[in-house]
Amino acid sequence: MEPHQHDEKCKEVFTLLSDYLNLELPPEACQEIEAHITGCQPCIDFAESLRKTVDLCRRYRPAELPTPLGRQAKTQLLEAYARMLAARGGK
Amino acid sequence: MTQDQAHYNRKEKWQKRNWALQRDIEIELARQLIAGEPAAFDRFVEYFHAKIFHYSWLMCGQREDAEEVAQETLLKVFENTEQLREPQKIRSWVFRIAKNACLMKRRKSIFAPSRELSLDEFMPAKNRDGDQVRIEIADWSLLPEGEVMRSEMRELLERAIRELPETYRAVILLRDMEELSTQETAQILEVSDDVVKTRLHRARLAIRQKLDQYLRGHGVEGEAKQHGTAPAR
Repeated sequence: MEPHQHDEKCKEVFTLLSDYLNLELPPEACQEIEAHITGCQPCIDFAESLRKTVDLCRRYRPAELPTPLGRQAKTQLLEAYARMLAARGGK
Repeated sequence: MTQDQAHYNRKEKWQKRNWALQRDIEIELARQLIAGEPAAFDRFVEYFHAKIFHYSWLMCGQREDAEEVAQETLLKVFENTEQLREPQKIRSWVFRIAKNACLMKRRKSIFAPSRELSLDEFMPAKNRDGDQVRIEIADWSLLPEGEVMRSEMRELLERAIRELPETYRAVILLRDMEELSTQETAQILEVSDDVVKTRLHRARLAIRQKLDQYLRGHGVEGEAKQHGTAPAR
């Protein structure tokens, strides 16, 4: 078995991990990463921690909600929309 | 391919299908808005108001600014709907307007200072134990998959996002929270695709590091563990 190219390959994986998780890497690069990760527990653990981070970010929504638009604000928006439709119709 | 990665790929594909469905709804909404259909106005406000508010709140840092940005953005959308020639670009068009409105509201004092994040900051510490190289990392397997986000985790994540320099924060909000594509995010922020990819990776790493510190300090249930089986060279 070839000696484990830990530092060099791990750094490469570390650099490309988001592109890999986003499926934005060419197939050859993916295969290289997978070939390395399969035999490298630190990279597996790190990749898993980043994947979970991404998953949390995607599911995260602030608990804060906007105050529902008041009547005046809604009227202002409706009027702007009506003006836009009227101007477009007049062209 | 590892089992975890195969699982992740399936999940990623499912998320993409879900995302495509959501996009279809938005495109139909945009078509109706452009066509001037009466019901479109209310549906559009209902759909986008909270989305714009959340982005603005995390970008501006203050609730009142975010409320104003959300209203200003909606106003610009309704004033300029005729400029939206391609309904499929509705989400990126709306967020581009929101991004510009946030810039106008910017109050530098409440932002993390603008700085570059370097990859080296996020490399996990490594140590040697006999012929093993280990990295210091929390036990992330204790964080259940798809768990309803606990308030503590939500607050931590929120703080980690807020502490990111603005340029990185904008990317992670658009790419991971709003699930815009790399190209769409690049167009909104007026940077190249490569810049988006670089900033996204570093933003994720910065957040990962904060979560890792938390998991090691408090743990979901357990303690930090050291991983690694790679023999030292």
